[in-house]
Order: sequence, then C-alpha cells, then structure tokens
Amino acid sequence: MSELRLMKGNEVIAEAAIRCGCDAYFGYPITPQSEVMETLMELRPWEAGGMVVLQAESEVASINMVYGAASTGKRAMTSSSSPGISLMAEGLSYLAGAELPCLVVNVSRGGPGLGTIQPSQADYFMATKGGGHGDFHLIVLAPSSVQEMHDFVFLAFDLAFKYRNPAMILADGVVGQMMEKVALLDPRPRRTREELLKEAGSWATTGKSNRTRNIITSVELDPAKHERFNQKLQAKYAEIREKEVRYEELLCDDAEYLIAAYGISARIGQKAVELLRAEGVKVGLFRPITLYPFPAEQIAARARQLKGILCVELSAGQMIEDVRLAVGNGLPTAHFGRNGGVIHSPNEVVEAMRRIFEV
Amino acid sequence: MAKIRGAIVVDTEKCKGCEVCVVSCPVRVIALAQEVNGKGYRYAYMHQPDACTGCVSCALVCPDSVITVYKVKTAASE
Amino acid sequence: MVAEIIKPENIVYAKSKMLTDAPMHYCPGCSHGTVHKILAEVAEDLGIQDKVVGITPVGCAVLLYSYLDIDWVEAAHGRAPAVATGIKRTNPDLHVIAYQGDGDLAAIGTSEIIHACNRGENITVIFINNGIYGMTGGQMAPTTLIGMKTATTPQGRRVDINGYPFKVSEIMAQLPGTSYVTRQAVHTSGAVRQAKKALKKAIEKAYAGKGTSFVEFVATCSSGWKLSPTEANKWMTENMLPFYPLGDLKDS
Repeated sequence: MSELRLMKGNEVIAEAAIRCGCDAYFGYPITPQSEVMETLMELRPWEAGGMVVLQAESEVASINMVYGAASTGKRAMTSSSSPGISLMAEGLSYLAGAELPCLVVNVSRGGPGLGTIQPSQADYFMATKGGGHGDFHLIVLAPSSVQEMHDFVFLAFDLAFKYRNPAMILADGVVGQMMEKVALLDPRPRRTREELLKEAGSWATTGKSNRTRNIITSVELDPAKHERFNQKLQAKYAEIREKEVRYEELLCDDAEYLIAAYGISARIGQKAVELLRAEGVKVGLFRPITLYPFPAEQIAARARQLKGILCVELSAGQMIEDVRLAVGNGLPTAHFGRNGGVIHSPNEVVEAMRRIFEV
Repeated sequence: MAKIRGAIVVDTEKCKGCEVCVVSCPVRVIALAQEVNGKGYRYAYMHQPDACTGCVSCALVCPDSVITVYKVKTAASE
Repeated sequence: MVAEIIKPENIVYAKSKMLTDAPMHYCPGCSHGTVHKILAEVAEDLGIQDKVVGITPVGCAVLLYSYLDIDWVEAAHGRAPAVATGIKRTNPDLHVIAYQGDGDLAAIGTSEIIHACNRGENITVIFINNGIYGMTGGQMAPTTLIGMKTATTPQGRRVDINGYPFKVSEIMAQLPGTSYVTRQAVHTSGAVRQAKKALKKAIEKAYAGKGTSFVEFVATCSSGWKLSPTEANKWMTENMLPFYPLGDLKDS
C-alpha cells in the first residue's frame, strides 16, 4: 500500500530516506537542495525511528561521517549540489576503495565554479567518469520525476548494499525543486542489530566479538596486492554493467531518429517527441535511468534502424560521448542543450531536431 | 628483610635497539648487545642482571613491547 | 639466580594480549609504539575489545590497525573526527577512539576536530604531537617550533614565513563540548604511568556521555628530528615540553 501526496523532489528524498529505513543523514546546506535536510529536521525521524540527522561543518565532513556510519554497516546518506559534490570527491573515492555502501544525492546546478543555483546536468562526467581519484565507479541513477526521486532512494540503497559500493542519485535543480504527485511506499523500520549483522556482519566494524577484527581501509602498500584489489573492483563493475542497466524507451520501435536524454531533459524530450510525431517525424525517446552502468548495448541495438540521434542535455554535452562510444561514429549523433542554468523548452528541442537533421 | 629480585626477558628479534629502556632503568641493568639481531639492531640485554629489581620502568617505555618483567621476593639474603 | 626468577608465575609485566604480534614499522624509539601499547593496555583493563572501534589516520600511524586487535576504520587525511562522529552517532553503545598525528589533526583536519569537539561528540581523540610530518619525510607541521629545522624549514621555522606553532589542546579546552583535555607524554616510565591513567579516564568520560575527550601526546620523531631516540626524548623535554606543558587543561 502507499500514500499519495503532492511533494517537491527534494522533500521526497527526505521522506523516502525515512521510509526506507535509512539510519543516518549527514549534510550541509547548498542551494538547490537544502530542503532535503530541512525536511528531515522538520520530521524529526530520530524521535520515533532513531534515524540520525546531523548538519555537518562542511561537505567534506559530511561525506566522511557517511563513511564512518557506513563502515559499521549502517544505511547512511548525504545530499548536496555540484560544488559540494566536488568537495566530496575524495570521500567518494575512499568509499569505493573501502567498498562501503551508501547513498549520495547530487541535485546539480550550473557550473563550473560557484556557477549558478539554477539547474544543470553538467555533472554527468563527474558522476560517471571521475568523481575522485582512481579506477572506480559509482552506481548512478538519474530520476526524471518526483516519483523516481522517491523510488530511487530505495533502489540506490539496495544496489549499494548488494555490491558494497557507493550509489549516487544524479538529479538536477528542476527535479529537485518541482512538485508532482508521488506515491509514498509504506515505511520500513530500520534494521535491527541482528538484521544488520546478517547483512554486513562479515565486514562491518561493529565491535570485534567472536570473530577476527574487521578493518575498513583502502590502503594497500603492496603493489601486487593492490593490483589484485583493483581487479576485484573491476570485476564488480563488470557485474554491475551486466546486471543493473536500467533505461526507458518511448516510441522507438519505428523510430528513424532518437532523442537521447535523462532526468529533466527526458521530460522535455518526451514533449518534443510528441510535437515531432504530430508532424509525421518518426522520432523516439531513449532515456537512460542508470547513467552508470550506461545502457550502451541497448542504444547500440537501436542504431541500425536510425538516421541520427540528438542528445539533449542541460550542459555542453557529456552523455553524448557515451552515446557515440555505444553507437560508433557511423551514425550522426549531435548535441543540443542550453547551459548555465537556462532550461531548454520542448520547442527549442524540436527546432534543433529540424535544423540538425533537416526533418 | 625479604629481598626483591627481578629479571627481564627481551624479544631480541623484535628489539630495535632504541636504547630508551637503557636510560630509563634506574640501576643500569640494561645495555645494548655488541651482536645484532636479524634486522641489524643491537638488541637490549641484562648487562648487570643482579641489580634488577623488577620495577618495570624499562618495559613501560619500550615502544615495541619486547620486554617481559619478572619479580620475586626471595628469603633474606641467599 | 636469574633462572629461578624467570618463571610465568613471577611475571609482573608482559605485552598486552590486545597487541598483535606484527612487528611495528615505526622507527626505533618512536612514541607511536608506546602510545599504541598504552591504548592496548587501557582497552584490555576496561574489557572493551568487543565494543570499541578505532579510527586510524593518514600518517605514520596509518598501519595502526595491524597492531591492535580491535575493529578499525581508516579515515582520509584529517577526517578522523568526522568518521568518528558518523560511527558514534549511529552506534552510541560503541567506544569510539580516533587516533591522529599533528599534520592530520591540526593542519588539514582542523575544521573537523574543532567541530567534533564543539558538538561535544562522545568520542576520545588521541593526538600525537611530534612537531613534524614523519611519514612523508620530516616536513614542517603546524606544531613545529620556531627555529625548528625540518625538510621544509631547512633554516628553521620562521614566524614571518611559516606563522606560529599551534597550541591545539589550549584551543580544544576552550570549546564547551570537550569535557577532558590533557597533554601527556611517554618518554619516561613516570610519564607512561600518568598517560595511561589519563587515557583511561578519557575513554571512560567519553563513554559516559560527558563530551569529547582530547588526549594530546607530546611525542618524538627521531628520524625527522635527526636525533637518536634518547637524544630525541631529551630534546623534547628541553624544547617541546616548555612550549607544550604537560598536564590536564580541562576536566569538567
């Protein structure tokens, strides 16, 4: 059973965290996502359910508090926006290097630098390619609705614990700030100590009792051992790529052109598809839901039937590189996207489609 | 009056010859050996065993916990 | 005769069972080893092996988890107090002990230690102050004394270029969140006895929810200071201790 509400994306992250049995939230204010922590402070989940909610002194501290809680097998999370996520880059690398499950929400805004507080999708590379040093990946989910903001909190924790790897929800200021109807799942209580030990007792630092000590670390000074560890990580990512790809297709079966877009750009792209279809243009929408693992095979499978792909992103074009890698350079693949916090309209996407592919 | 007698056993392979125990012993029982251990360190040993009272000063300051201290009350003088 | 004395029943002091048998990588005479030993002994005395989690720093003590048989979490450089906060807040029944060097705590990690103390996190922070970055080869640390030669102050630390040495414990004692702030050393057996008592009190107070316990150990770095271990202890006594006086700064 679930409960229907009209809510803002950021607020539903907080609501979903409580309902999915999250043990701790550590965060720091930054527009456009401060409502996540404000909502948690309003709801006071520490009273009934015992969830910890703490405002830290910085994003650096926040991600390291998440690291600490996650080390003990707890479900821990933080949320921030672009500049804050940059500050967390080291922590994300440590979390991946220590194989710790957690959730990091990035409600991204225009960059680089202080940039703007308006929405953007210019953190795709940071989320999927290089949110920190070393060969590692985050599992990255891209919600394009308030409902998915809710659902992906549950999904992100499940995937994080399944693979002992940090997971990221890469949203943007629009999805964070807009209000939509959302069905809230019934609350699950936080895990008991026994349940936690069953799930994470073999590695979590819960206090050494009748087992050898557990050590959460990412240091390994012996190169041969460290190489073996890296190979183990790469095997994990291969499994994630094989089993956890999620994506959505709209009107693609007979499509001659695709609009490839995720997050809010997918909602805008959906409208553009409608407008173009109304004028007889056979275009479909391809929406990656997991940005890592990227649905490469799935979009490649469509390539044979296509004359062109328009990647629509609120950035200078980042996901387009993964699309090109997937479909090869035989197929015309072009980028369209406003930047700096300006949000493209469906008509602009239609116009770009006409101009670039002369449809 | 009963006489306190002490003795120490040094894990000579793990001793790093740092000499901190040598200077901390109030009765100069300990010295560094002329020979070296497997790591090339001149290890600590009881240079004047009879002076040892088992006061544990040496063991307390040892950074590598290589010293075990023994102590007995012997009858008057032997 | 020595042989009669060396019998198991006559043991008055032996290596703590909480210490593993891994040989420590520290330079000969390094205070880290002695502080590890005290921590092991206190943990053993308090019987907390099954409900303590330690946080190791980045620095010479980065491999601390190889030497003490408890659960360990390794923090990024400077972040131990935040990691400790994350652990303690979600596991209030655990003893949480962070272990940091002077570069880790007083340089890159200043924000984290000040805010953890200011929030009064019920954790114990062990702070090793040897006035130098040991692991990376003897560079200047925030607590390097004026005039002290290091790899990055070859002519001696100068105020006009490198600023003043950091009196960390004095700062932590100002923060209402700390309940016990003390400065100890491990260069003599008397100092070790005193330090062990202080560390025990620190861990007990933090666990009793009194706030943050902050235990600074003024320590030596013979390789960084380019002195033998016994000379380093002497130099510390004559130069470090006057500037970083030992004793309790706060016990509320």
